[in-house]
Amino acid sequence: METKGYITIDGTDVPVENENNLLEVIRKAGIEMPTFCYHSHLSVYGACRLCIADIDGMGIQATCSIKPKPGMKVQTNTAEVRKIRKVNLELLLANHKIDCPSCSRSNNCKLQDLARRLNVNEIRFKKTEMDMPVDRESHSIIRDPNKCVLCGDCVRACKEMQSVGAIDFINRGARTIVGPAFDKSLNDVECVFCGQCVSACPVGALVPKSEVEAVWDVIHDEKKVVVAQIAPAVRVALGEGFGMEAGAISTGQIVAALKHIGFNQVYDTSFAADLTVMEEATEFISRKLKGEKLPQFTSCCPGWVKFAEQYYPQLLPNLSSCKSPQQMFGSVAKEILPGILGVKPENLIVVSIMPCVAKKYEARREEFVHEGIQDVDYVLSTDELGRMIHETGINFRTIKPESFDLPLGFKTGAGVIFGNTGGVSEAVLRFAYEKLTGETLIDTDIRQVRGEDGIRTVEMTLGKTKLKLGVAHTLGKARQICDEVLAGDSGYDLIEVMACPGGCIAGGGQPVSFDPDFRQKRTQGLYNADKQLELHKSQDNPYIKELYKSFLGEPASEKAHHLLHTHYKSRKRINDQVINIRNTEHPKIEVYVCVGTNCYVRGAHKLLNQLADYVSENKLEDIVGFEGHEEMVDVKATFCFERCQKGPVMRVNDKILEHATFEKAKQLLDQEIRRMGLQSQNE
Amino acid sequence: MSENLKTIMKTMNKATLEKIRDEYKSASGAVSKRIIVCAGTGCIANGSLAVYDALKEAVEKSGASLFVELELDQHDCKDKVHLSNSGCQGFCAQGPLVNILPDETMYVKVKPEDALEIIQKTVLNNEVIDRLLYVNPANGEQSRGQLDIPFYKLQNRLVLGECGHVDPENIREYISHNGYFAAEKSYNTMTDEQVCDTILESGLRGRGGGGFPTGRKWHLTRVVEADKKYVICNGDEGDPGAFMDRSLMEGNPHRVIEGMMIAARAINADEGYVYVRLEYPLAVKRMRKAIEDALEAGILGDNVFGSGRTMHIHVMEGAGAFVCGEETALMASIEGKRGMPMPKPPFPAECGLFEKPTVINNVETLAAVPLIVRNGAAWFNQYGTATSKGTKTFALTGHVANTGLIEVPFGTTLREIVFNIGGGVMDNDGKISSKGFKAVQIGGPSGGCLTVEDMDLPLDYDNLIAKGAMVGSGGLVVMNQESCMIQIARFFMNFTQNESCGKCLPCREGTKQMLALLDDIIEGNATMKTMDLLEEVGHVVKKASLCGLGKTAPSPVLSTIAKFREEYVEHIERKHCSTNNCKALMDITIDAEKCIGCTACARKCPVNAISGEKKKPHSIDPALCIKCGECHKACKFNAVMGF
Repeated sequence: METKGYITIDGTDVPVENENNLLEVIRKAGIEMPTFCYHSHLSVYGACRLCIADIDGMGIQATCSIKPKPGMKVQTNTAEVRKIRKVNLELLLANHKIDCPSCSRSNNCKLQDLARRLNVNEIRFKKTEMDMPVDRESHSIIRDPNKCVLCGDCVRACKEMQSVGAIDFINRGARTIVGPAFDKSLNDVECVFCGQCVSACPVGALVPKSEVEAVWDVIHDEKKVVVAQIAPAVRVALGEGFGMEAGAISTGQIVAALKHIGFNQVYDTSFAADLTVMEEATEFISRKLKGEKLPQFTSCCPGWVKFAEQYYPQLLPNLSSCKSPQQMFGSVAKEILPGILGVKPENLIVVSIMPCVAKKYEARREEFVHEGIQDVDYVLSTDELGRMIHETGINFRTIKPESFDLPLGFKTGAGVIFGNTGGVSEAVLRFAYEKLTGETLIDTDIRQVRGEDGIRTVEMTLGKTKLKLGVAHTLGKARQICDEVLAGDSGYDLIEVMACPGGCIAGGGQPVSFDPDFRQKRTQGLYNADKQLELHKSQDNPYIKELYKSFLGEPASEKAHHLLHTHYKSRKRINDQVINIRNTEHPKIEVYVCVGTNCYVRGAHKLLNQLADYVSENKLEDIVGFEGHEEMVDVKATFCFERCQKGPVMRVNDKILEHATFEKAKQLLDQEIRRMGLQSQNE
Repeated sequence: MSENLKTIMKTMNKATLEKIRDEYKSASGAVSKRIIVCAGTGCIANGSLAVYDALKEAVEKSGASLFVELELDQHDCKDKVHLSNSGCQGFCAQGPLVNILPDETMYVKVKPEDALEIIQKTVLNNEVIDRLLYVNPANGEQSRGQLDIPFYKLQNRLVLGECGHVDPENIREYISHNGYFAAEKSYNTMTDEQVCDTILESGLRGRGGGGFPTGRKWHLTRVVEADKKYVICNGDEGDPGAFMDRSLMEGNPHRVIEGMMIAARAINADEGYVYVRLEYPLAVKRMRKAIEDALEAGILGDNVFGSGRTMHIHVMEGAGAFVCGEETALMASIEGKRGMPMPKPPFPAECGLFEKPTVINNVETLAAVPLIVRNGAAWFNQYGTATSKGTKTFALTGHVANTGLIEVPFGTTLREIVFNIGGGVMDNDGKISSKGFKAVQIGGPSGGCLTVEDMDLPLDYDNLIAKGAMVGSGGLVVMNQESCMIQIARFFMNFTQNESCGKCLPCREGTKQMLALLDDIIEGNATMKTMDLLEEVGHVVKKASLCGLGKTAPSPVLSTIAKFREEYVEHIERKHCSTNNCKALMDITIDAEKCIGCTACARKCPVNAISGEKKKPHSIDPALCIKCGECHKACKFNAVMGF
């Protein structure tokens, strides 16, 4: 990198390269500045005031908000700077519910860590915490405002990275809290339960909702046969809680630990991922050959599925109808294991170990609950399993590794890389390649779909078939690619979406990591795990073949459909309810103008009147050239397009116009009339 | 508006302005009397609108020919009476104010019942009604008109010049006072650089608190290349006790608009926002009307004075959060976001409203701009001190005889303001007390206090900073000897604590703890360590907060500690408040010498804390006493001590 000059930090000259701010330069110099609110991938917030330093000529400044200029002289540990940092921490602690011994973030808490590091030995201020209600209503996330340090990381992660914005600051000053609108429960708002807020939270204010005790209960219940499924990403992160490096593979130890805990059988979600590949790739090839419902979106990620149901109901037919691997596993297990294990169906308990908190919500979706019994009974996050292991006292690092049980514990590498962004696409391609070319795929690494870019586009030709693939991770990028699809002509055939950055390896149920490279390390871990396996293509999995042969028949068979596929529902908050102005039943062109509050104040009502007048003045209501009387253009008032900041919003058929003016609307309408080859009566 | 006028205004240029001005002047010069009823918020609250209606009725009854609205093309004004409203005339304590021209007779505290008499005696017969004249409480002297009243006589009303004279809802009246000529000049005869240079040379500094040189701010924004730039007028005046900006927007809205136009010309912006808090409904209404009128007149719009340049202005109502007066929070609020400050840099000059280069100035700053462009930098320069040029408006409130809105050149001393313009300090009973002065709080919750030793300090930006205070937006609260400085500090701390946006840690948590520590002192639970901690956390909030409001939030506390340390020590060590404002520290006893045992106090006591036999001295149980003061009121012998 090019050096632009030097900054003197505590007497040492440090080169300035392309750092965005002084904080990055200081950290590069090996000084671990304390921060709560700084995240390199989120916007600079500048609120925690811990990364302060004394800059010659500028005084005490928060270094996250300062552009590095060569020649600066910076001191990071003057008496004044130290005092301010310590008082800041003392102030935070005075306002914090200090129940560290029983807090699930104990030992992995930034506040605890910094208080120790900065030698805060007493809290001289009065305890001022308020006793605010804790939101435990969702199945995925517990929100405890009493522990919140108001760094806003969760707010920015939800808004900037995920484009959801389910939480924000409420109230002002000392009464400020973070929560959903009107302080509702996360369960009642648009939260998709991706858990990125949990990953961003430096303390225990947002934590996964634990099911540990319930799982212990079924393990101790002698009547129950408890089986576990372990998601791919768990095996490259669980070890972090036991002092292992991020990305270190600990599959065998996990199996052994689960057996020690008392699980009767331990299986691999990657088996179900192989099954997903068979179904989803078959579905895709069928759609591609028929040219319908393209692009096909993947449906493994429950956060993404809920996101699509909320914001893109019009794209729901494009989602693969395949259940996620967790749910496929649940269905298959509940269907075949009672016979194999000789257990009554009601006594078979399926527990999944997931890197994800949305999976907790997914397991309880009504589609996956039959007569009150869930296909997957309990979902533990990676972190929760870690705590169970700690409780047993097992030495995780030295425990003798064990193997998965068969048949649902056998998988190929294709089922393992599911945990990485691009993994599902790669696994599907390993299948589709052979299907479409009729040739055997030798080098199974399809590197084009790998990487860290938020949206990756890959075009390839398999046999005679040209394919365009999109890989998106984070929901902000998902929104971008969905908008691209809706704009038309994006040309995508298959789009993989993962809600979390990097995929499941950085899911909200994984141990919270402060290692800046943790994602890359875990990602590499999964690719290594693929390499370590014998087989790399789902279609080569002998147990999958056997399952089809003996039970399911063919991929996409009726039985497979019944067991392995699902459906979605629109969760759009506001229906496209319309107010009829004229009695038109089947107009060729619908002109809908939003008259919701926001659009109304921006002049939608006037626009609606102008358009209605324009249509009648120009006799656009009816069509000539058709037999009888047919209706051409109708103007209706409607409600929220959920683009309130861009109002007035209107649409002409499926073309949405933001910041609408009469001139622009008229132009769009005329264009649509021409495009459809229609003529008004007076022409 | 008449058709004739509409035609004239179609081509709005200098000649049109001159024509409007001259015709209006000759029309208004022909009237026999002009009655101006103050319709500032203070006078309205005191009933001035009813006075206006009563005067209107009285004129009609008396048969005098009256017109309320002066039409430009109505030349037959001779011997008629012109009745109009004005914005704030400044002398709020004496409202409703009625000013009669050309004889400059000023009536104070006018009631609707006085209307007929005013018309019959003063308007029709040139008789002065003595009872309605202002009487100086210090010496009992009567003053006939503004020019005789020391409150006005000692001021230098430049920015407030037309405020209180012109009808704020009549654009032609503003033009007749040479309004919009400066804007026309800047658009048609000056370059953007020349406009910036003029303001720079004038030495004008931001009147909102910071005191940054306005011309430099404009230059910085001017040189940034961008497809769009904005001008924002910050009218989110939130300091307790400050109402300068409100009065300007209510009293002379066109001046503010003209200032914004010149700022827009200087940086090549084509759009502006006036951000006004919604607690200022009259300011909102008058600014909106003024913008509409200026647009209709062809002053604002797509071809400003025929220059081919565009300028549009919108009014944005703020929801009343103090923090929205901070420029980055204000811009976030206009953008529809939560009003929270952002770290600077980037400064608004580079990346402001909607991420475009933006000049954001306070109302008073912008209102000074047309005067500078019209009269020249040197004219403005003659007022003030070496580093602080021009005049400054102050909202004079508290224990002072003449509360109201004043304007003085920088460099004026506190003594001049409090004793000569303000008429002296009053005790709690409302009497002038020559030795009553204790302190003034200047600059609101961000400012600090000045004491007797600062009486002869020339007030300007730098002198005040050196004293741990600041000009701020110009609130000036006078406190008498009966005020407890810890209570004063607590009042402001409570305000900033409530108004902290909650974003940055030191301000959010620090102000809360400072308030708790002050409460400990006031309630007698403090030790000297409390004060050390108070100073320590105050220093942290000052040094480490994100925005200017946070950085200055501890000022009232730090400044009272610096100036009145003994008073703090007295509270802490002796558990005593010598001004008797701190209830918890009161020592309530019954003087056995004076008590005759009438039992009146015991019967009134709501908590049965007083006991004693009839006709024998009573006593108070301090453990039960809630210090409500009922016994003190009930006692006819002044035997209850400590209140």
